[in-house]
Amino acid sequence: MAQAAVNTKWWGGGKSPFNVEYGKLMMWYFLMSDAFTFGAFLISYGTVRMSSASWPDPNHVFNAVPFFSGVHMPLVFVSFMTFVLIVSSVTMVLAVNEGHKGNKQGVIKYLFWTIVFGLIFLGSQAWEWTHLYHEGAWWGHNPFPNADGTVATTNFTNFFFTITGFHGFHVFSGVVINLIALLMTQNGVFERRGHYLMIEKVGLYWHFVDLVWVFVFLFFYLV
Amino acid sequence: MSEVTHIHEHAVGVSHEAHHEGHHHADHGSFLSKYVFSQDHKIIAKQFLITGIFWAVIGGFFSVVFRLQIGFPDAKFPWLETLLGEWAKGGQLQPEAYYALVTIHGTVLVFFVLTAGLSGTFSNFLIPLQIGARDMASPFLNMLSYWFFFAAGIIMLSSLFVQTGPFSGGWTAYPPLSALGDASPGSKIGMDMWMISMALFIVSSLLGGLNYIATILNMRTKGMSMTRLPLTIWAFFFTAVLGVLSFPVLLSGVILLIFDRHFGTSFYLSDIFINGQALPNEGGSAILYQHLFWFLGHPEVYIILLPAMGMVSEILSVNSRKPIFGYMAMVGSMFAIAILAFLVWAHHMFVTGLNPFLGAFFVLLTLLIAVPSAIKVFNWLTTLWKGNIRFTPAMLFAIGFVSLFISGGLTGIFLGNSALDIQLHDTYFVIAHFHIVMGVASMFGMMAGIYHWYPKMFGRYLNNGLGYIHFWITMIGAYVIFWPMHYEGLAGMPRRYYKYDIWESFKQFGTLNQIISIAAIIVFLAQFLFLANFFYSIWKGRKVTSKNPWGANTLEWTTPINPGHGNWDGEIPEAHRWAYDYGKDGQEFISQTTPVGDNESKH
Repeated sequence: MAQAAVNTKWWGGGKSPFNVEYGKLMMWYFLMSDAFTFGAFLISYGTVRMSSASWPDPNHVFNAVPFFSGVHMPLVFVSFMTFVLIVSSVTMVLAVNEGHKGNKQGVIKYLFWTIVFGLIFLGSQAWEWTHLYHEGAWWGHNPFPNADGTVATTNFTNFFFTITGFHGFHVFSGVVINLIALLMTQNGVFERRGHYLMIEKVGLYWHFVDLVWVFVFLFFYLV
Repeated sequence: MSEVTHIHEHAVGVSHEAHHEGHHHADHGSFLSKYVFSQDHKIIAKQFLITGIFWAVIGGFFSVVFRLQIGFPDAKFPWLETLLGEWAKGGQLQPEAYYALVTIHGTVLVFFVLTAGLSGTFSNFLIPLQIGARDMASPFLNMLSYWFFFAAGIIMLSSLFVQTGPFSGGWTAYPPLSALGDASPGSKIGMDMWMISMALFIVSSLLGGLNYIATILNMRTKGMSMTRLPLTIWAFFFTAVLGVLSFPVLLSGVILLIFDRHFGTSFYLSDIFINGQALPNEGGSAILYQHLFWFLGHPEVYIILLPAMGMVSEILSVNSRKPIFGYMAMVGSMFAIAILAFLVWAHHMFVTGLNPFLGAFFVLLTLLIAVPSAIKVFNWLTTLWKGNIRFTPAMLFAIGFVSLFISGGLTGIFLGNSALDIQLHDTYFVIAHFHIVMGVASMFGMMAGIYHWYPKMFGRYLNNGLGYIHFWITMIGAYVIFWPMHYEGLAGMPRRYYKYDIWESFKQFGTLNQIISIAAIIVFLAQFLFLANFFYSIWKGRKVTSKNPWGANTLEWTTPINPGHGNWDGEIPEAHRWAYDYGKDGQEFISQTTPVGDNESKH
């Protein structure tokens, strides 16, 4: 009953209405802002693609897998990348959970794995970009024909490299931030602080970057 | 779960403590940590204000120079060549320089003066003081916000001095002109610097905005519920939300533009001939940029206007000695404006070949903005109605704001109409409309804010006499400058042209253009009265001797006359009522810190 009485005054001043400290609130608003950045990119891409008569078929573009050169395996490699990123989200959840328990060793363990999976994703993306580059694709160069056999404009590769690059940059910053959080955990900063809130905030950012990838994956590879 | 809750509350407590400690450190800091790399929101606010004033002088001066060209197209001004060199060869402004000046005037006034100078100053200054907080949620990010703005300014300023000149394709930077270096001299390195400057500005605005939002939501003092907030704070809150959600879209647009300029992409480019040569770019759309730009560009109008609206509401109420009329309606209409701001951007694009059917929806949504705007106007008028008005300079500027907002708002109804827009688009009618409703009106809001809160900022008053002269010259001058432009625009006179006297149809406006230009020069010079007043009074102005010189209710007037970092010496006061108990139960004003008495009537 006392709980209910307190709840009615959440907005009365003197405390946070959402029961979060300011950093987490700022992170949420930052993520909304960042969602608009990605939204603008993806909507621009959609607009140009929809107004083009035809567009290259992703099944024919993204069909290579490392160590299997010449074998036609559409979307296998990117599915692997997506899987890795989703697993990294799971380990991030576990790290946050360990933080709630105040278990320093647990946080270190799961943050470590999150970083490893993040690096695997970045490495895979580097491999994919290099592969496409060797096929002649780059900003301003598009070797892939449209699905209907006509010559495509360069906008397929233009958008692909810009948007996956912008996302890759986010993953890279996420890995760096995770690394800093890992070092801080190791040095006992959060232990002394008495809480692992920073891990939660870092986790929010990491999940957001994963979520954005789901959309990038959907719009560039699946449709 | 309860443990988590406990941790959170602890963290909130920690952040308050940290600010309190910061207060002791800063007061004994060196000059550098106290005035330059200060984390005190009040100092940061003053940094924003003075940088904004610097840019206002630059932007205003540019307008004087290109108004000279429009008013006196054949005259020669040798002093212009002395001042601007190549730009004014033989004493006459060159076309390229004319476009550069117009572009930088727009960019600088919209972003540096009326965004950073206005909400940067007053959000920083008033949010912690009026909600009862020691400082912003993150004083460090707040300081960074200013320094990103500063860096953006340095780069913009440098672009004025490069060989090929600053960007000259208009403040909206439409491609292909902005995307192709060969299209004009200003589209070379000047444009790159323009974009870098804007990107830094976006970061600054994001850091500031996140801070304002987090501070308003999280750091209100005890009893300061959302509905007890002064309207200034509501305005800053909506402004910050608009900025946080619209600037990133401009960032995306600018990133794509950078790729088009330097990495051979064709996001905005298709089927272009330049100097008789066909470019290879294919498949892009210049209209795409306009959509991205105006998705920021329109909310930006309200980012500029809302803080002025908030401050004017407060100043009108304080100086009418009456509660603001329709507090909740004011909050509701600001909310409605904030929502609609995101849904009307295509009304800038009616003549781009936009589907007329789609246009109809944008007409409807645009005209809907008239409803909350009118609610606000009538609430201001009814606040004044039968008030015990004190005509301080701040009050005059606030009333001037209302006048300008009405005049400029009414022409918005013309322009929001997609059919009328065919005639009016890109004419002087548009110039008149947006300068009055957004440019000058917000400038008046800013002036009102400066005159009203100057005693709190510097512990001294501005000179009233100079303030009155400043107000009347600016007020009359603003109408003399912009009113005639409506007629020119209705007659079809296009904006952005270098010369009008070579068209038979616009020859009739020769004298009118001269009158406008002369008025513009007078108004520009009158601002130096204000500048002299401003800087003189910082050191030599009449001292403030009481905590609450205006007899206002809000919390900033409960701080010491010259508050240190941390704002209140002892405990932060508690809020017991809303901010607008004026003339209640026979009392002239009742501060927000006064507990509600037993026999008090309800408000």
